[in-house]
Formats: sequence, C-alpha cells, structure tokens
Amino acid sequence: MASDVKTAQKTSILTAIIRKQIFIPIAALIILAIFNFIVDPSFFKITLGHNNDGNPILSGNLISIIDYGSELAILAIGMTLVTASSRGQDISVGAAIAISGSVILRVLCGTNSRPESLQAPIIVAFLVSCLVAMAFGAFNGALVSIFKIQPMVATLILFTAGRSIAAWINNNELPVVSDKTFLNFGTVFPGIPVQTPVFIAVLCFIVIWLVMKFTNLRLYVQSVGINEKTSRLNGLNPALIKFVTYVILGLCVAVVGFIKVARIGTINYSVIAKDIEMDAILAVALGGNSLGGGKFNISASVLGAYVIQFLTTTLYKLQVQSDALPAYKAVVVIVLVILSAPIVREKIAAFFKKLRAPAKAGSST
Amino acid sequence: MKMKKILAMAASMILCGTMFAGCGSTSSSTDKTDTTQAPKTTSADTANDDDNKADDNSADDNKSDGLIKVGIINNDPNESGYRTANVNDLKATFTKENGFDASFTYSLKNEEQINAAQKFIQDEVDYLLLSAADTAGWDSVLKDAQAAGVRVILFDRTIDADESLYEASIVSDMAKEGEQAVDWLKSQDLKAYDIIHLQGVMGSAAQKGRSGALDDTAKELGWNIVAQQTAEWNAEKAQQIVQSVIDAGKSFNVIYAENDDMAMGAVAALDKANISHGVDKDVVVIGFDCNKWALKELKDGNWNYDGQCNPFQASYIKDIIDKLENGETLSQKTIIMDEKGFDAKTITDADVEQYGI
Repeated sequence: MASDVKTAQKTSILTAIIRKQIFIPIAALIILAIFNFIVDPSFFKITLGHNNDGNPILSGNLISIIDYGSELAILAIGMTLVTASSRGQDISVGAAIAISGSVILRVLCGTNSRPESLQAPIIVAFLVSCLVAMAFGAFNGALVSIFKIQPMVATLILFTAGRSIAAWINNNELPVVSDKTFLNFGTVFPGIPVQTPVFIAVLCFIVIWLVMKFTNLRLYVQSVGINEKTSRLNGLNPALIKFVTYVILGLCVAVVGFIKVARIGTINYSVIAKDIEMDAILAVALGGNSLGGGKFNISASVLGAYVIQFLTTTLYKLQVQSDALPAYKAVVVIVLVILSAPIVREKIAAFFKKLRAPAKAGSST
Repeated sequence: MKMKKILAMAASMILCGTMFAGCGSTSSSTDKTDTTQAPKTTSADTANDDDNKADDNSADDNKSDGLIKVGIINNDPNESGYRTANVNDLKATFTKENGFDASFTYSLKNEEQINAAQKFIQDEVDYLLLSAADTAGWDSVLKDAQAAGVRVILFDRTIDADESLYEASIVSDMAKEGEQAVDWLKSQDLKAYDIIHLQGVMGSAAQKGRSGALDDTAKELGWNIVAQQTAEWNAEKAQQIVQSVIDAGKSFNVIYAENDDMAMGAVAALDKANISHGVDKDVVVIGFDCNKWALKELKDGNWNYDGQCNPFQASYIKDIIDKLENGETLSQKTIIMDEKGFDAKTITDADVEQYGI
C-alpha cells in the first residue's frame, strides 16, 4: 500500500516535471550533452591556458558555449518580454546591434578609423550606445503601442534601414579599436580566467531577476499580453507597458552590441549579428513561451538560447559539411519545437502515466 | 475607430519620413516619398552624399555640351567596403572634367535596377554601365537598349544574356584569385600543411572560386584540411569555428580565410589561445579583399598574405569607352582584371595606400 502511494507520487512528480515549461530546454541540454559524451568524451575537457597577453584563460567547448551564448541569452531576455506584452516579435534586433556597435566605434574612435588611443572613455561610449539603442527601441515601441502596428511590420522598417544607418554612422568605414582595456571586455580581464561576456550576461540576469522580483512588471506584462482590454479596465496602461518592453529590448541590444564590438575590436555592419533575431525568437520558442504573448518564463528562454549555442558548437565540433549545416540545424530545431508544443507534452505526460499504471498493477498483486 | 486607424497610419508615415530625413539627406520633402520606393539616383555633381537625391532632369539640362552621357547602375554602396571603393572609383573617374555626364543609381534589387535602366534608356544616355544585382531578367531591357542605340558595358558582375547584347564585360576571376593565393602558399614550402579553411556564403562566386582552388591543390598535394566550414563572411562565426578546432585539440598551421573579416575573427581566436601567427610564426594567415586595415596587419607582420579582389574597374571602363568613341573594335568581350596578391614580407606603405579599400 505504501509503495503504491510512492509510485503514484513519483508519477505525478514526473508528469509535473514534464509539464513544467523549463523542462524542454533542460532536456534538450541534457540530450545534447549525452550525445556529445557518447561521440567524444573529450568534448567536456576544460583547460587553463594563457592568451597572447599572458593572462590566464579557460578554454574548452563548454566554456565556448557559455561564452559565445552570452549575446543570444541577453537578447532572449528582451525578446521574451516583447513577445509576452505585444504578442509579436521584434525582427530588427540584428540591425539594431549593428547600429549600437557602430555608435560605440564612432564614440571610441572619433573620426580616425584606427586611433592609437581611445577618444572617449569606454563607459561614455557604452552609455551613448545605450541611449541610441533605447531610442530605436522606443521608435519600435511607439509604432507598436501607440499606432498599433503589428510588431513584425513595425520592426520591419528598422530591419530594412538599420544596417544602412549603421554604415552611415561611420561613413562606411570600419574603425578598429586596439585598446587593451576595451578588448578585455570581449576576452578576459587580467587574473580572471573566465571570459568577460559571461559576467556581463550573468549581471543582466541578476538585474532582470531583481526587476521581476521587486516590481510588478511581470504581472503587468502578462496581463497586457493575455488580454489588453481587461488590463485597461483594471487600471493598467497597455500602451505604456508595451512601450517599456521595447525600450528594455533596446537596452539588451546595446549590451549585445558592446560585447560584439569588444570581441574583436570592430564590427562589419553588413554581416554583424546576421539572422540573430531569428535565433532570439527561436530561443523564446524553445523556452516553451507562447509566441502569441501572455505568460512567459525568462529563465526558460535564456536556457533556450544556450541550447542553440550548444547545438552550433556541437555542429562545428562534428565538422558537418558547410552546405549541410543549416539542414542539420533545422532538423534539430524542428524536433525541439515539436517537443515543446503543449499538445505533445501532454501526450508524453499521459504516456508516462500509462507506463506507470501497469507497473503499479503488477506490484499490488 | 476608422478615423483613428487613418490617423495612426498618417502619423507613422510621418515618423518614417523623419527617420529617413535623419540620414543626412538634404533633399526636398517632395521626393521623400520615393525614397523608400524608387532606387537611389544621384547625378555626378551632387554625388558626394550617398543619400542625396537629385532628379534625373538635371542631367537633361546639360545635355548638349559635348559630354558623353553615362548611366551607371550599381549595387548599394553600403553593401560592403568593396562596393564603397567601387562606387568612389566610378565617381572619381566619370566626372565633368573627364568629359562625362554621369548619373548614378544604386539598388540591391534587380527589378529596381531594371526600372532604372529603362529610365536611362528613355533619357537617351550614350552608355549604360551595369553591375547587376541578379543574373537573370535582363534580356528584354538590354534589347530595348540596343534598339535605342545605347551601348551597354557590364562591370563586376556578369548576367545571363546573349553576348551580342552588350559591348564588354569587366569581371574579376575569383578562381584566379584563389589560385594565386594557393600558389603562394605552395611556394612557402611549409613542412606540413594543416589547414583551417573558412568559407564565405556557400554558392557565392567568390566562395566557389576561392574554395575551388584550395580544394584542388589540397587533393593533388595531399594537404590536410583540418576543418572546412562556412563562416558566411562573418568575423565572429570564424572566431567560433577556429575556437572549436582549438578546443578539439587539433593542430594546424595555416588559416585560409576567404575574406579579411573572417581572417580577423580567426586571428582573435588564435590570440585568445596564445597561438602565434604571422611572418615566421606558428600559423600562416591568408585573407582576401585587401581592406586597408588588413593590409596594415600584413605590414605589421601579423598576417602573411592577402589576395586582391579589384574594385577599381573605372579605368578599364573608360578605356573601353574611349576605344568605342574612336571607332575601334574591342578584341575581346570579357575582360579579366589584373589582381594582385600581397606578401607580408614584400608589401610597402605605398601598396597599403594605393590598393587598400
């Protein structure tokens, strides 16, 4: 009798886990990890080495995933909020990254395309790019919230024009920053062996966690996403809340732009962060969030972002042929998206319940 | 409700309008509506600003002063550093001082380019210079040009049309660029060849040509390709790919990147892992396109070789026009440009200035 209760409990825990939104990205991570372990256990090897400046640095596939996944994870935060509140996605983030990166280069380099020393403090460049990116976020937000244009259509404007604007900011030149302190933001600071982008990403998570904990933003965004009319009747201002989410995404874009520039000291506006908007939307979807807005889970989206990076690194590691790469990626994505669909998850949960049922019957006899 | 919608539409239009106005444009508000629709058109004398619009009518005004009328259809100068250099070269050559009355149109869309070509034919230009966005769809408009007596010269890109429809085509031979680089690599006589091959966007002409040369030679001489992956012309993707090879603990001594950006990304990954690169160092770095900053890296000995993709076609075009004006016939239709490759050991400051784009 006691064992019966136990198994029943176990079943319910299992189904509860499967029903949990965060289950899919975690499961995907575990599956990818197991797959890599079987193919080549050395995938998980982490070594401590030195970079060309003699600073200690950790390297290994896992470190690469966490490092290169930072940008997408940060974007996933903003994209989740935008999706939840406005029931649509911002497809201009790639172009906006090009703009904010160009602004940073412009402020740091002045008019000289290869300056010996920085023309402005790094923090100033970062703040200016934050302002610019938030302004573009506000532009998108205004179109969506005040003029009620569909998000994808509204952001299409910046998607089309953004890279040209980025080119115009630097007069079509590609300035290169060679300042060591600035480049440390993209690699490592002396004495700290973990890549700086990882810390920046963690900082972003902490900030958004605090915001979610101590403000009503989560509640407001969800209620606006679920039903705009009722939230207005309850005294919320849906337009303002949508607007705010776009500005937050703008801030995320500025941070990502900063990391991108710091990685190699320059960006090429025409290819930088190309198609990253699609990956960011995919991260939101992989996190089990409805792309139709409403309830959301930021940590699931962030994990979704790392799943995408894990997949990319795995495919590079496996030396998949260049022309076949997108096909492999597509197959994995299709499987993940189908698995994360609520209907399929219900079915899986039901399947586990069934599996347990005969076992229970067997044990009672 | 309907009123509100119309109001919203109008307001967003104004917003878009101001956004474009923000791009340093000084054009009047009347032609702002076609900013988004029509391809960008500038006439030579106001050509110093990419976003500057001027009506084609200005070209009609100075028709009868003995200048050769040229209509130039090119891709968007913001597309890449290569295109910017290409556009600036054309602008510098086809000036009033040189006896030309040139109008420029920029678009990355084939149909917009075709519209522009039709407009140029109506304006009765003498020569139509064309760098097509797409290879297909040009037959009928080129036939119109022939009927109207407009002579067509293709530059930079070829099209799928009958050879009789154009006078000449000036192109880069991507395969030759690749062969030059591979020949240089062969001449280095390295003890072993373990190569990381960073490819451009798969299927592009530059990727095919530059990959083909390396693939053939590697097969022939038994060079070891450690990794062959597309980084899609993208520096950060290249960095990740090289990082993944380093993480896998594989050894390599050559990086063959099909453009400068990817070479730069690869070098960033090498720096991170404390692998030396450049002249007489552990890893040989090869890039393409000859960006100015890349040639400076060569000059500093951080890279080893950079192959040129020549954007300076204007002088070739001018030669052809001069010949045609003098009634000479051209010996060949397809003209392949001279393209250089620079070795870090022999490059000079003058080279950096002259050939850097």
